[in-house]
This record gives sequence, C-alpha cells and structure tokens, in this order.
Amino acid sequence: MAEKDEGKERRKIKAAAKMKEIMTSYYIDAKTAGQTGKKVAWITSGGPVEPLIAMDIIPVYPENHGAMIGASKMGVDLCRKAEEMGYSSDLCSYARSDIGCAPVNGGPIGGLPKPDMLVCCNNICGTVLKWYEVQARYFNIPLFILDTPFTHVGFSAEAKKYVKRQILEYIEFLENATAKKFNYDRMREVGKLSLEGQRLWQAVLDTAVNRPSPLSAFDAFFHLALIVTLRGTRQTVDYYKILLEEMQERVAQQIGAVADEQYRLLWDNLPIWYRMKWLSEKFASAGACLVADTYTTAWCGSMKYIKEDDFIDTMAEGYSRIYLNIGVDQMAEQVIAMAEKYNVDGIVMHSNRSCKPYSFGQYDIQRIVGEKMGIPTLMIEADMVDERNFSESQVETRIEAFIEVLQGKK
Amino acid sequence: MKLSEELPLIAKDPYGYAEKLKAEKKIVGTLCSYTPEEIIIAAGAHPFRLFGSGQKSRLADAHLQSYCCSLARGVLEDALSERLDFLEGIVFAHTCDTMQRLSDICRINRGGVFHLDLILPAKLNTESARRYFRDVLQTFREDLGAKLGVEIADNDLRKAISAMNRIRKAFTRIYELINENPSIINGEELYILNRAAMMMDKARLADLVEGTVVQLSSGSREAPDAGAPPPKRIFLEGGVCNYPDIYNIIEEAGGAVAGDDLCTGFRYFNGLVDEDNPDPLMAIADRYLKRIVCPAKHAGIADRGERLVEMVLEKRAQGVIFFFLKFCDPHAFDYPYLQQVLEKAGIPSLMVEVDDPLQAGGQLQTRIEAFIEMI
Repeated sequence: MAEKDEGKERRKIKAAAKMKEIMTSYYIDAKTAGQTGKKVAWITSGGPVEPLIAMDIIPVYPENHGAMIGASKMGVDLCRKAEEMGYSSDLCSYARSDIGCAPVNGGPIGGLPKPDMLVCCNNICGTVLKWYEVQARYFNIPLFILDTPFTHVGFSAEAKKYVKRQILEYIEFLENATAKKFNYDRMREVGKLSLEGQRLWQAVLDTAVNRPSPLSAFDAFFHLALIVTLRGTRQTVDYYKILLEEMQERVAQQIGAVADEQYRLLWDNLPIWYRMKWLSEKFASAGACLVADTYTTAWCGSMKYIKEDDFIDTMAEGYSRIYLNIGVDQMAEQVIAMAEKYNVDGIVMHSNRSCKPYSFGQYDIQRIVGEKMGIPTLMIEADMVDERNFSESQVETRIEAFIEVLQGKK
Repeated sequence: MKLSEELPLIAKDPYGYAEKLKAEKKIVGTLCSYTPEEIIIAAGAHPFRLFGSGQKSRLADAHLQSYCCSLARGVLEDALSERLDFLEGIVFAHTCDTMQRLSDICRINRGGVFHLDLILPAKLNTESARRYFRDVLQTFREDLGAKLGVEIADNDLRKAISAMNRIRKAFTRIYELINENPSIINGEELYILNRAAMMMDKARLADLVEGTVVQLSSGSREAPDAGAPPPKRIFLEGGVCNYPDIYNIIEEAGGAVAGDDLCTGFRYFNGLVDEDNPDPLMAIADRYLKRIVCPAKHAGIADRGERLVEMVLEKRAQGVIFFFLKFCDPHAFDYPYLQQVLEKAGIPSLMVEVDDPLQAGGQLQTRIEAFIEMI
C-alpha cells in the first residue's frame, strides 16, 4: 500500500500548485478590478486576447467559468436556473450555466467579475454570438464581434480582407472603451509573448510522444488555463517553462502519467468536466493513457499563420483558421496527424450535446480515421457540464468493451 | 379564393416537380433564405429550396447525432438516398453551426453534384461586413458561372432582380390583404403558396401569384357568417415551418394568421432589391442587410425584439405563436428575450417546439386552443 501511494505521489505534477496560485491571484485581480480602476472584458475562448493584454484590460472567460462550474458539479443547478428563465435545455451548457449564474452570482467563485465590455469571436461557434448578445443586453455594455468567416476548404482573399479590417475596428473599439490610445509597441511585445507561450505549450504537449507519456489529456485540460486566459503575458511563458522542464525531467526518469502504460489514446472534443477524475481513473486502471487531445492543441494549432514581428497584421488569418473553424475533412486530417505523431492505439470521442460544431462530423472523422489507420474509436455520448446527459453505467460498459477491443489488437 | 391547381401539387410533390423541370433548366438546391437566388436565375438555372421530404432517417443517422435538427437530418437523408439526383449542384449559405457542418458532411459524402459554400458575414450591421457581403456575392457569381459554364453579366442580374422583385411585390400585397382581412385566404392556402414559391419556376410563379392578388383584391371569397365572432389575429414567429397542419389548428381554434416572420414565410419575400443601384451585387447585399435578420445573424442586440414588436403592432396581432424546430439553437437563444419584449408591450405569446415528424397533434392542439381562447 505504501509503495502504491509512493508511485502516485511520484506521478503528481508539481507545477500544478504554482498554476493554482496564478489562477487564484488572476481571479482576485479581476474581481477587484472595480477598486483598482482596471477594466474587465469578457471574451470567448477562441478570441484574440492579445490586444486586451496590451491595453491592460483584464480578460475574463465565461467558458473557463463554465468549465469550473462543470468541474465543481454545479452545472445542473445553474443550467436549471437558465431553463427557468426560458432557455431550452438543448442549448450549450456553458452558455446556460453562465446565463443562469449572472443574476444570482452563483457557481464556485460567486459569479464572474462584472464586465465593462464584451468581445465575441465566432471562430469557435455561432453559439457564442447568441450568448454574448444575451449578456450584452443583461449588463447593458458594448459588444464587439470579431466575425471570422468559416473556412470549409480554405481562407478566401475576401475573408482575409474582412477580418483584417475588423482587427482595426477591434482596436478602435478598445480605444473607445478605455479612452486610451492603443499602444502598438506594447502590442509587439505581447504578440511575441503570445507566440512564445504557444510554442512552449505545444512543447509541453509534445512530451507526450514519449513512452510512457509524462502527461495525459486530463493534465492538459488542467494546465490549459493559462494559454487560454493569459496568453501574451510573461507569467504564462514563465509558467510553461517550469512545466516543460518538469515534463522533460519526468521523461528522463520514465515517470508516466499512468502507472503502467499499455494503451495510448487520443481524446476528441471538450472534457466531461464533472467526471474528469472518474474517467481518468477508469482509463488508468486499464493501463490506458489519453496521451493527446484535439481540444488543448486548439490554442496553438494556427501558429503557423502568425508572424511574430507582424502579429496585428497576421492574427486575422491565425484566428480564422483554428481547429473548429475548418471543414470536417481537414479536422480528420489533423486527427490522423496527431494519432500518428503520438502513436495512439485508439481514439475516444466525446459526442458532446452542447457543442454542435465540434460534434457534428465526428462520425465521419471516425470513419475516415478508421479507414486510413485501422484504429478503433470509442464514442461517449455526454455533455461537458450538464450531468443529466451522462449515464455512468452506459459509459462504463462502453469503456470496458473498448479496452477489450484494444487488448484483442495487441 | 381558389389557388391554381399547380400549387398544391408542387407543395405536395416537390421532387416530382423538379424531375420534370430538370428538362428545361439546371436545378440548384438551396437551404436558406440568405441564398441570393437572383444570381442563380441570372445564370439561367433554377433555385430550388430543400426542406427534406420527411422520410424515415436511415442513412443520415450514420453522420448526424440524435441532437441534430430535423431539417438538416431530412436534407441529408434525401441527399444520401439519391432523392435529390435532379440537382446540378447545391449551395450552402452560412448561417448556424448545424448548417455549416451539414455542408461539410454533404461535400464529403455526396458526389456527383457541385457544391458551393456561400460564407456570408454573421454580422450585418457594419460597413466592413457590407463590403465583405458584396465580395462574397462576386466570388459566388464567378464560381457559379464556372460550375454552370456561363458568364453572368450585369444585365442578366438586373433581369433576375426585377423578376424576383415582381414576386416579392405580389407577396407583399398578399400579406397586406391578409392584414386587412385574415380570413381572405385560409392558412393552409397561404402555406401552399409560400412553399411552392420557394420551389417552382419563378416566371410561372410571378404570373400565378399576381393572379392570386387580383383574385384576392376582387373579394371573391364569400363573407364569413354574420353571427360568428371575428377570428383572433395571430402572428407566427420562427424558423422553418414544414407543418401545414399548424394553420388548420389555429383556424379551428378560432384564430387566423395575420402575419409571420418565418424563414419559410414572409422573411423570404421581405424587402426589394434596389433596381436603380448601378452595382447589382451591392443592391442584392443591401436587401439582406436591411431585412429583418435570422437569429443566426447579428444586427445589433435589440434589433430582433424591436422589429418583432413593430411587426406585431402593424399586423394588429392579439398574440404571437413562436414556432421552433427542436435543436434550433439561434431561435432558442432569442426566445426568452423576445418573449419578454412582447410581454412588456402587452402582447401574449406561446412557444411550441416541434420535431419532425410532428408528434401526435393532441397536445399541440390543446395548447394552441387554450392560448387562443385566453387572448
């Protein structure tokens, strides 16, 4: 027993404590913004945060809040509140729990800090457009929409022109909201830090190519918070350097995220926040490690389009060509590339009722990957926050059957 | 009032109609009222709106999860089961997340027809979005011309604009006449007229619908029973309505549809393209920018609420029925706000959500009856 605990202790990621510290102090800053005279902007997870950082505006992420609500199992209650307000139970549970939370300041941190402005980028879905309209009416504050046309098969010249034009409109919006001139020099620094942070985050994720993998997708879901929230800050760069070092050290010492790594799997779609621990233990007990996922790489997947010394001009393309704003066939290609890179034995797909753009097309991706690589897929029907759409016994049976398939293939 | 016999036949068997029309014109499938039909007409082709035929889903379930709306599922089912083989191509106008993925799934799985995406802006209230809209239409004009092997000249566009405007004017007049007297045409007839309009040959449609205006204006419909109370005026708000029964239910409960803001109703006909604009593409874009928006588009945070109240007051409607397809996110997101705006204006409303096929009418009927009785 003592030996077992020792192994568990050895596998714990030490940097996690530092990360909790950073996130706590960030939320305190955001919550006290009213007293310190700082402005707060709510922004979508795929939105361009760098100009906010350059303007000293504190970015706050309702989606991150949704994840926290889910992880603390407060989702059902808050979703119900939104349903009492008239919102259909079929709508996105991030949106429902956030909308339900605003009037009652509920949830794990007593509600989000009140926004001074809203920044919505529809590169992740059309849902955020509706959600931010709701909140713009509720708080009666200005809303900026960065409209990134969908790139089914490519990014057209006219779309590029349109998004570039809107980047300038975004800057103008921030200048109006803060009554300050935009600082282009500061923006250049922030742009560099953003890319450096993204490169480091990708490097952290890349350590999972090792056997055993030093981290799992469940770890990535946790350590993701900074690249989403504070992308473009020195703090984020410093943190991922520490995390990367720890991962490299684990690789050197052969410390795996899972005690006895037998199977390597790829996760697709958002996490099931309220069952993270259960799922991670379920897979780990069968020696299966979820070594990579399509979700956490989305924050560094379009780096190739952004030029470090010309961030403002190239971010239009970078933000338009992120994972969720591309065609299903291109998504399948990326899934295959990841499956090959991380050398996985199978794929776990979360068919997420809350996220239509992420989930519709999964059956096709499953088929394409199956045809090209011959690896099996497990499909889990669930929801990221609303536990009412999760059947533990059904999921458990499916996971067990899937592990048997993997065993049969070895 | 007697509708031309052609119309119910087309509404009932649109694919049979399309098979015949195919001999005369290349048929291009569309899924949305944001498809600029003028450009398709100018290319000498025929725009044909797809709704799915409501057949049992066998093939589509292998591509779409259970939480997908029946419209997308129905269209995919028909596409995969080769019921849409009369099409030369299909155009996907970008609106909601579901349509965007439906486009991908159709493109990947359905060969043999050309596939064009029309990636319109999601916000329609800025000058840069307006310019982008126009640019997208220009690219669409070139791409469609290339697919159909024609060059689309400005003059062709002008002719198509004027043909579509003729239809829009006639429908606007019909809706005005309905507003004056909702009993002038029964709801099912209006449904058939609207439905056929989105699928039939536009030149023939213009003649028929102008004939309908003449008939309605001459008051050929017999006067209602002198003793009967006047029907209660209902306004329909929502997306795609595939259910003629809803009109019958409303009428049997003592109501009459005085107007609508349905994607398969007046929103399709609403507004004219400016025929004097020297740039026909800009003129087409401008109509969409001025028209009341679909909730998947953005025209300001209060735009839909303000315009709904305006429409309801103009139609002197006594109540609004929201008519939604299950899993239609954009409409579901706007509902609580629109309901509140109406409430503030003292207008009662009822929300009904339907899935395809319509569940046994009982409950729906009871709710609508109770609502109409109450207002």
